[in-house]
Amino acid sequence: MNAMNDDFFPELQKYPLSDVSRDIMACSDKEVLRALETAENGAWLDARDFMALLSPAAASYLERMARTAQSLTQRNFGRAIQLFTPLYLSNFCTNRCVYCGFNTCNAIHRSMLTLEEIEAEGACIAATGLRHILLLTGDAPKKAGPDYIADAARRLRPFFPGIGVEVYSLTQEEYALLCASGVDSMTMFQETYNPELYARLHPSGPKRNFHFRLEAPGRAASAGMRCVNIGALLGLDAWRRDAFFTGLHANWLQARYPGVETAVSVPRMRPHAGSFDQVQPVRDRDLVQIILALRLFLPMSGITVSTRERAALRDRLIPLGVTKLSAGVSTAVGGHVPAQAHTPTAMQAHPAENALSTTRAKQNVGQFEIADTRSVDEVAQAIRAMGYQPVFKHWEPLEGEEYACGALRQ
Amino acid sequence: MEIYLNGKTTAVTPECSLFGLITELGLNPDTVIAELNRDIVPSSQFETTILKPGDALELLHLVGGG
Amino acid sequence: MTSSTNDDLLHIGDAFLESRLFIGTGKYGDDAVIPAVAQASGAQVITVALRRVDIGNPKDGMLSHIPKNMRLLPNTSGARTADEAARIARLARAAGCGDWIKIEVISDNRHLLPDGYETAKATETLAKEGFVVLPYMNPDLYVARDLVNAGAAAVMPLGAPIGTNRGLRTREMIGILIEEIPLPIIVDAGIGRPSHACEAMEMGAAACLVNTAIAVSGHPARMAAAFGDAVRAGRAAYLARTAPVLEGHAAASSPLTGFLGECHE
Repeated sequence: MNAMNDDFFPELQKYPLSDVSRDIMACSDKEVLRALETAENGAWLDARDFMALLSPAAASYLERMARTAQSLTQRNFGRAIQLFTPLYLSNFCTNRCVYCGFNTCNAIHRSMLTLEEIEAEGACIAATGLRHILLLTGDAPKKAGPDYIADAARRLRPFFPGIGVEVYSLTQEEYALLCASGVDSMTMFQETYNPELYARLHPSGPKRNFHFRLEAPGRAASAGMRCVNIGALLGLDAWRRDAFFTGLHANWLQARYPGVETAVSVPRMRPHAGSFDQVQPVRDRDLVQIILALRLFLPMSGITVSTRERAALRDRLIPLGVTKLSAGVSTAVGGHVPAQAHTPTAMQAHPAENALSTTRAKQNVGQFEIADTRSVDEVAQAIRAMGYQPVFKHWEPLEGEEYACGALRQ
Repeated sequence: MEIYLNGKTTAVTPECSLFGLITELGLNPDTVIAELNRDIVPSSQFETTILKPGDALELLHLVGGG
Repeated sequence: MTSSTNDDLLHIGDAFLESRLFIGTGKYGDDAVIPAVAQASGAQVITVALRRVDIGNPKDGMLSHIPKNMRLLPNTSGARTADEAARIARLARAAGCGDWIKIEVISDNRHLLPDGYETAKATETLAKEGFVVLPYMNPDLYVARDLVNAGAAAVMPLGAPIGTNRGLRTREMIGILIEEIPLPIIVDAGIGRPSHACEAMEMGAAACLVNTAIAVSGHPARMAAAFGDAVRAGRAAYLARTAPVLEGHAAASSPLTGFLGECHE
């Protein structure tokens, strides 16, 4: 296991929750301006500057923040947006996260893809031009364990030079296994950095372990992951706080693992089949403020916006610091292969349901509702319309002979 | 006779023309600018302009400048 | 090199200029290099001064060194008042130099800073007489507004005092003029290096006038070429930056976040 000084938790403890809230809310115009000037002069912001940019006072300075954020992003990332899509391998789950559509108590159709089905999905996705894929599973290690995920990665390797995983927390050895199978990126949302709220949101299941999850990105980095993406599910706790801790966490990861690419995501709560109603609303302008503040605090980190957000808003966010967008998304298991007669897998939880007559996507309940249903081509088009270049392939690994992407559509 | 030429009292041939004086001084009538008693004399009138005693004549030309 | 389809011409008076570098003719070690300098710079406008002929030692005037197709911009250097400036301007025009005049009214010989008040008076007088007036000034917004009202065709703020080659010491003030004054802003004086000229153009200046830096350099023609490149580069950068990425979008004041005002949230 990791030594204590390899953990993020001690850093987190330096910022007690109530102090953070109080400090952010109390930030003055002067502190916002100081943070802005620091960013505009090309210097690094500190935690206090970051708080100022997340404060209510900063809401009056969005346009100025946006100008600097845009210029900084263009200098560090170019006018380019990386595209990817998620592929849900399995929605079996043993957790009872109160906010999630895959909550084990929710009566939804459960399934997981066979390796052949995974390959078929991969081929369909690759045919859209995408070369970066994100593999997701629910938290059910006995059904969809690290070996299954590793096998899936190996099957998909010929199609994708970039394979990421957004799965339950793994040990460092398990991350190393995935890396050896061709996974180069991991995504882990802490959901909330508020431990008491976290405990209430995760009443049972392995995800209940706040600390194990918190240190997962560090373990993944230690195991050799090239990219590490983190985020909080905005709206669970007070967003200013969770956004602050997200930035702090990414900053710590970047400092501790300088060779790793870091990125943050900004998922907002969306309608779902779960039971959590006490969402603390994050308005569009709050989301913009969060993105701008993160960009200014983390000049070198990527920023991802998922299809939780509607198309028009996602397009407007492009010039504000976003570097990665998902496209052609399905949050149901599979869902990329067009409607055809599927053979039901052997592992259905509800065998009475007829899997033959409708498409998988229609039948399956997604993890969250998608607001941007555009195809890859449509999203690429929108990116170009904003004066940016959609990037389908961002990375070419040096090792491994299985990669033969040149055979598919360029 | 005496005239003021570029601010200095100067002796010149009586009743000489402006053209005559200019050429006598070795200047190029095409590039010289003449101001007689605060009036600009067009180069077309150099030959017909006769100088009188006490005239204030400025002879200028273009030089380098920023 | 300027392209034949240049749609970024500088419009001053009745001229549509391709080159945004103006050069001078003063301080050369050898006036004979001026034709090569003019050629290398690509400039279309060149300044000259009016001086009394040196009767005892007459030399060929400057005119013989200036390419025939260049537009002369005589200056009123030597003038200490508006009246003197006007007198020189009329002489220059009568001499066949054309209608353009650079007003330079200086009575401070330590720093050579221009007198804004006298400059504005001279501008008004000469503009009424049909001159195309380009006044040289210390970048002061109020003086600039007076010059606009007086009928100037452009405004020429100094970057630093004449001959100092210190670059854009007054960049903040020049920036303000570029923002506020609806006339071409031609940075004149103090430009010591091509990078200074490039910076002025990147800021949005309409043109640069460079004299000393070229004239006293080790190789004036080469330096003139460098300045030509610098002015073109700076202008291209300015145009690239200001060319809109989004056409037909959003409010001018908040182009990036103005959309939030339209949101239902």
